[in-house]
Amino acid sequence: MNNHSILVFIEQNDSILADVSLELICKARALADQLKTNVSAIAIGHDLKSQLNALGHYGCDQVYYVSDKRLKHYTTFPYAKIVTTLIKKYTPQIVLFGATVNGRDLAPRVASELQCGLTADCTDLQIGDYQLKDQHWENILLQIRPAFGGNIIATIVSPESSPSMATVREGVMKMIVPNTQKTAQIIEETMELTAHDFPAEIIEVVREAKTINLKAAKIIVAAGMGVTTQESLMLIKELAKTLNAELGCSRPVADAGLLNKEHQVGQTGTTVRPNLYIACGISGQLQHLAGMNESKRIIAINTDANAPIFKVAHYGIVGDINDVIPKMIKAYKFNK
Amino acid sequence: MPLKIITLAKQVPDTANITGDAMKPDGTVNRAALPAITNPEDLNALEEALKIKETFGATITTITLGPPGAVKTLKEALYRGANDAILITDPKFAASDTLATSYALKCAVEKIGKFDLILCGRQAIDGDTAQVGPQLAQKLNINQLSNIIEIIQVSAKNITVKRMIDGGTEVVKTALPALLTIITEANEPRSPSIKRVMLYKNIACKNSDAYDETYLDSAEKAEKKVCTHIKQWNADDIKAELKRCGLSGSPTKVKKIENVVLTARNTRAISNAENEIGALIHELVSEHIIG
Repeated sequence: MNNHSILVFIEQNDSILADVSLELICKARALADQLKTNVSAIAIGHDLKSQLNALGHYGCDQVYYVSDKRLKHYTTFPYAKIVTTLIKKYTPQIVLFGATVNGRDLAPRVASELQCGLTADCTDLQIGDYQLKDQHWENILLQIRPAFGGNIIATIVSPESSPSMATVREGVMKMIVPNTQKTAQIIEETMELTAHDFPAEIIEVVREAKTINLKAAKIIVAAGMGVTTQESLMLIKELAKTLNAELGCSRPVADAGLLNKEHQVGQTGTTVRPNLYIACGISGQLQHLAGMNESKRIIAINTDANAPIFKVAHYGIVGDINDVIPKMIKAYKFNK
Repeated sequence: MPLKIITLAKQVPDTANITGDAMKPDGTVNRAALPAITNPEDLNALEEALKIKETFGATITTITLGPPGAVKTLKEALYRGANDAILITDPKFAASDTLATSYALKCAVEKIGKFDLILCGRQAIDGDTAQVGPQLAQKLNINQLSNIIEIIQVSAKNITVKRMIDGGTEVVKTALPALLTIITEANEPRSPSIKRVMLYKNIACKNSDAYDETYLDSAEKAEKKVCTHIKQWNADDIKAELKRCGLSGSPTKVKKIENVVLTARNTRAISNAENEIGALIHELVSEHIIG
């Protein structure tokens, strides 16, 4: 069955479907409508079936499902074998994976075996044309990603690759409102798996409850290298707490270990678009700006009036954060 | 028996430290002005290899694929404790994407022969793909464990490691040979040893200005059979099929590159005075931006 669909690998952790997989189904649906083709999915795990109906609600047409209790947790070898086998069987034109740790472990292995093109960590996908000398390709996947530390945006194509494969960053594709009337056909696939297919043994899995969710934050208060003392960091935290905001930071702050990497905003961290972004002592490296520029409102506070952050800010305050932030906290408490 | 470990290293432009000097007047990055460094996570991978060498016993061969100047990255590995170094260089490898790169590395590893472990950084800071490690493992038909923060236990037959996964960690054990990709949080790479710098700084290799300094053939060198020259292999040496190398072996093509240019907004200047800041907060509250 040669279906030229857009295929999405569905990631599950502890049998819960990953958000990024649902985001990718939504994006795949939009691309498939443009290409007049189907959206299909591969789901691997154990006892997942009841969860898979949700994929239909987001626009998936068929789900190829492989169930085995040895597949409950992701390990590279068997997952790569199954995905490779199903791609060969169903010949999709595009295959998408979430750019999660395991998605980025699996996709290159599959691409290597199929000898097809793979683009990592895309932040946008489009359909378009490509011209190389006298050759011309129409309606192929344009894979858009930051490179070079977030200073450039590259558009990558795999014109002769079948399929074109990409991993896509979590949170950049918008999830649609699910339509519970829509269903996907669930096709159970059988796969011969022997002990040789399981060279790795999972001994322990520890998941920590996420303490921070930058993507979903309505307000983010972010610290830059202008915030180098514990006192000023405390002030930023106080402002975040007062406004019920998440705490973000620039890459140098995370690199210096002042805040955990989970707080890092930018092309090399998390791309955010909150209602309000307050940049405190952030000078505004391009890769940072590109990761927060779509915030509805941006307040920049910096002692350097020429800092690039002021170019993208809606409101610019030239001043020392130790001076400005207490005034903001006071004003907010007064307004409340 | 000591383990045979291969570490991979890549020479990269230092994209993490783009200073004013590296910016062109139009605000774009002048790549030529960026210093070439060893990819940071490849040093973390080497550090893990050195730890195994010190605790369990191992010989370490570091390989790099790149232009002749990448020999500097190999010296960095020798300075820190690698036993042997191989430069894979050939204009035929130019413009390789990750698939073609992993193919060339596979050919080189096969020429090296038997090994127990391949260690490399998770990703390089110029491309950030994290694809070459897994693709090399696939081509060698060995298991891979990516995103490793800790090597817990090593034996002659298997290895137990801790991976960082989304929202937590997992402990996994796998049979050797295997390939591991190491993340920056795993360790603090050691500095070069002065003694080893003295030993290797003029190590012979085709593309350096090395000259014969036989007085460096110290007793230590004679005794321990240290690396006397950096091997250099081209596409023929590693029996690489040309159609799988460089541009022709790379299914991905760059359609266009755009510099990140953000359109400037009309920024409203707010003075650092209590009344103006108060008015701004009031405005945001009344617009329900904050509430």
